[in-house]
Amino acid sequence: MKKRDYRLMLKGLKLEISIFIVFIIVYGVFLIGNPRVFTNYDIYYSFMSTIPFTGILALAMTFVVILGEIDLSFPSVLAFCGWIFGTVFVISKNIWLAALCCFSTGIAAGFLNSLLIVKIGIPSIVATIGTQFFFRGLVNVVAQGNGIALVDAKTTIFYNLCVGRIGDEVPAQAVWFLVLGIGFWLLLKRHKFGSHVLFVGDNKDSARMMGINNDMIKTVVFVLMGVITAFVSILSNLEVTYFYPNQGQGYLLTTLAAVFIGGTSVFGGMGSMFGTFIGALIIGSLEAGIIALGMSGFWIQLIYGAIIMVSVTIYAVMQPKKG
Amino acid sequence: MNHRQDEVELLRLKNIYKSFGEVKVLRDIDFHVGKNEIVGLVGDNGAGKSTLIKIITGVHLPTAGDIYYKGERITIHSVKRSRELGIETVYQERALADQQSMWRNLFAGREVVDALGFLKVKEEMAQTERLLREQMGYTSEAVTVESDVKYLSGGEKQGIAISRALFFNADLIILDEPTTGLSLSETQKVLDMVTTIKRMGKSAIFISHNIYYVYPVVDRFVILDRGKIAGDILKKDITQEDLVSRMLHLAKTGTLT
Repeated sequence: MKKRDYRLMLKGLKLEISIFIVFIIVYGVFLIGNPRVFTNYDIYYSFMSTIPFTGILALAMTFVVILGEIDLSFPSVLAFCGWIFGTVFVISKNIWLAALCCFSTGIAAGFLNSLLIVKIGIPSIVATIGTQFFFRGLVNVVAQGNGIALVDAKTTIFYNLCVGRIGDEVPAQAVWFLVLGIGFWLLLKRHKFGSHVLFVGDNKDSARMMGINNDMIKTVVFVLMGVITAFVSILSNLEVTYFYPNQGQGYLLTTLAAVFIGGTSVFGGMGSMFGTFIGALIIGSLEAGIIALGMSGFWIQLIYGAIIMVSVTIYAVMQPKKG
Repeated sequence: MNHRQDEVELLRLKNIYKSFGEVKVLRDIDFHVGKNEIVGLVGDNGAGKSTLIKIITGVHLPTAGDIYYKGERITIHSVKRSRELGIETVYQERALADQQSMWRNLFAGREVVDALGFLKVKEEMAQTERLLREQMGYTSEAVTVESDVKYLSGGEKQGIAISRALFFNADLIILDEPTTGLSLSETQKVLDMVTTIKRMGKSAIFISHNIYYVYPVVDRFVILDRGKIAGDILKKDITQEDLVSRMLHLAKTGTLT
C-alpha cells in the first residue's frame, strides 16, 4: 500500500518531474560544456540578479493562464508603473510614496483589463492587445522618450529591501522570487482562491453552479497581475537605478515561455507554479549559457524555440486527450 | 393548503407563469414535490421543462405565481439562494470539473478552510475517501481521491455529483437529463443513485424524455406539454406501457386521453 501511494504521488507530479529533468539536462550541458564558468559563483550571481524579473511576472501570469486567459499588456503596464515610480520619487523624494503610487497604478491597470474582459466581455487576447498599446503609448506621451535617473534611491532602506545584496553575495530580488514562488504555490495548491481559479479555468459552468463567482475570480487574478507588474517595475528600475521608457520590451515572450514550458495548459484549468519557477530558470539562463558554451549569440533564439517545442510536446503527449 | 399538506410537501409552485417577451413559456403551472418523493418530469423538447427547472433553481424569476418551500412562501432570486435552501442540480456536462481531483470536486465552492482561507487538505481528502468507499461503494484501488475526474466514466461522474449533493445535505436534487449519452450499464449506475436519494429520505426531480429509464425509479409523473401541466399521475396508477401510449397520444393530439 505504501509503495502504491508513492507511485501515485509520482504520477501526480509527472509534469513537475519532466520539467525538472529538462532543467537538469540544460544545466548538465552547461556544466560539461564550460565547467570553468558553471562551477563559479559569478554566473549564478548574475542569474539571481536578472532572472527574478521575468520569473516573478511568470508566477502571476500562471494564474492568468490557468483561467484560460492571457495578459499581453503587462510589459507596457510595467513601463508606465516605472514612469510613475520614477516621477513621484524625483518630485517627492519619498520612495515609499513612489512605491505606493506605483502599486496603485498597477492595480488600476489590472482593473482596466478586467473591466474590458469581465464586464464588457472582450476576449483577453484582444483586450490586452488594446491595453498593451494604450499603456505603451501613454509612456511615450508622458516620458517623451526621456529616462529618469534614480541614483538617489540607492541610499534608502527600500532600495536594499528590493534589490540590495544580502551579505554582498545574494541579490534581494532572488529572495523575493523564491518567497513569492513558495507563496504562489501555496495560494494555488493549498488555498481556496487557487482552488477557485482552477475551477473557473477548468469548467466555468460547473464552477458557477457550485457557487463560485467567476467574474470576481477573474477580476482578482487580473488585478494581481497588475500588482505584481508594479512590483517588478520597482525591482527592475531600482536594479539599474534608472527608468527607461522602452522598459519591459522583451519580457512578453520570455515570461509566457516560462509559463508554458513549466507545463501550465493554455486551455486553462491546470498549471504548476513549480513548473513556472523552473521554466523561468531555464529561459533566463539560456542566453548566458549558450554564450558560455562558445556558440555565437545567433543561436540563442533557435535554442529557445527548440526547448519550448520539446517541453510542450512532452506535456501534450502526457496529457490524454479529453474524450 | 391545509396543515397536513405542509408536513409532507417540500416544494410547491402555484399558478406559475413565465414569459420571455411575447413568448409564453409556462402557463398556470401547479407543481409540487413531496418529502422523500421522486418526481419524474417528462415532456417533449420545448415543453418548458428546463424553464420550470430554472425557476426552481433561481436562474429565472417567474413572471407571476408563488413558490412555497417547506411550507413557507419564498422567492428564489439566485442560484446561490436555491443552494442555501438545499436545492442542488446535477447536469450532465456541468457536474464536475474534469482536470481537478476528486477531493477538489467534492468540495468545490464549499471548501473546508482555516481562518486564513487555506484548505484543510487532509480533512477534505479523508471525507472524500469515506464518501467514495462507504456511500458510493467504490472498492477499486484504481480510483482514489487524488484521481482526476476525467478518468471517470460519465455515469461515475454523475454518481459523484449526486453524492456531493447528498453529502452537503441537499433536500431536493434536480437531475437534468442525467442519462443522456450514457451506456446502459452507466445509466443503471445513475438510476441506482436515484434509489439512494430515495433511501436517504431526500427528494428528487428526474427530468428525462426516456420514460423507460424514469419509470422504475420515480414515485409520480408530471407531464409537461407546451408550457402546461398535461398530467400528474402516481406511478401506482399507471403501467409503463400505458404511460408511453398516452404520451404518444399527447404528442399527436395535445390531450392525454
